[in-house]
Amino acid sequence: MTESAQEPEVDRGNWTLALRRFLERRVPLVHLLPDRQPYFVGSWVYVFGVVAIAALIWIVATGIVLVFFGPQWWHVSNIGHFVNALHFWSVQIFFIFMVLHLWGQYFAASWRDGRAPTWLVGVIVFAISIVATFTGYVAQQNFDAQWIAINAKDAMNAVGVGAFFNVLNFGQMYGLHVLFFPIAVTTLVAVHVVLVRMRGVVKPIDPPGAETSEPARRSGPQASEGPVA
Amino acid sequence: MDSPATYLSWGFILISIPNLLMIIGMIVLFIVALVAPFPHGTDEKGAKERRDD
Repeated sequence: MTESAQEPEVDRGNWTLALRRFLERRVPLVHLLPDRQPYFVGSWVYVFGVVAIAALIWIVATGIVLVFFGPQWWHVSNIGHFVNALHFWSVQIFFIFMVLHLWGQYFAASWRDGRAPTWLVGVIVFAISIVATFTGYVAQQNFDAQWIAINAKDAMNAVGVGAFFNVLNFGQMYGLHVLFFPIAVTTLVAVHVVLVRMRGVVKPIDPPGAETSEPARRSGPQASEGPVA
Repeated sequence: MDSPATYLSWGFILISIPNLLMIIGMIVLFIVALVAPFPHGTDEKGAKERRDD
């Protein structure tokens, strides 16, 4: 921090320096890796998002194993069945807790106080996750996948995306499922978490003990975070 | 597991029993999360004072 103040004037226009100063200003380590949280974070509702991220880690880990061994392995061998089931149930848990997290944040109106980007990134993660899961269902290499793909093709054609999103094309669906969508979802989840850390967790709508809305007494990205516990 | 699920219909609403049970389970879990005490939450020493700051 102190180095920035001592940077000579000649460094203006240096992209690396500008990026470093931006990160130091907007995402300081004390916000990125906090050791204390506001008192209202002491609720099970705030665990939903963490469980969703834990499930996502399991999805990626089991997905990597499935990619290495292939469809024949996950359909025929016992251990393949097991890893395939882990992948499937991790997705179920991911969606269950992502929706519970969505409910919690919706009823807390967590887009308040400049947190709209965090909310919007979460919505995009949710939408992309649905398509990611869909490509997984049609890439199973079984009758279930064929049934889903045959029925889904008409819907895709009806909305005009069938030409470049062909659900009957296993290679395309599999490639999107194991490369594009995992990168998109994990990157956006990382952005979502960083945005949460930049702005802090939203204060309750009617915090206990607060009779009137408290004026902004502090400045900085986590000004509305409230007292810590 | 391989047989079709039983569906409930009520007017325009049509839902399978597994899906209905899942939704009910999620609502119950959400309510439990709201009311269940969180370990080392607001009972921490000094938490009330900090809240009143």
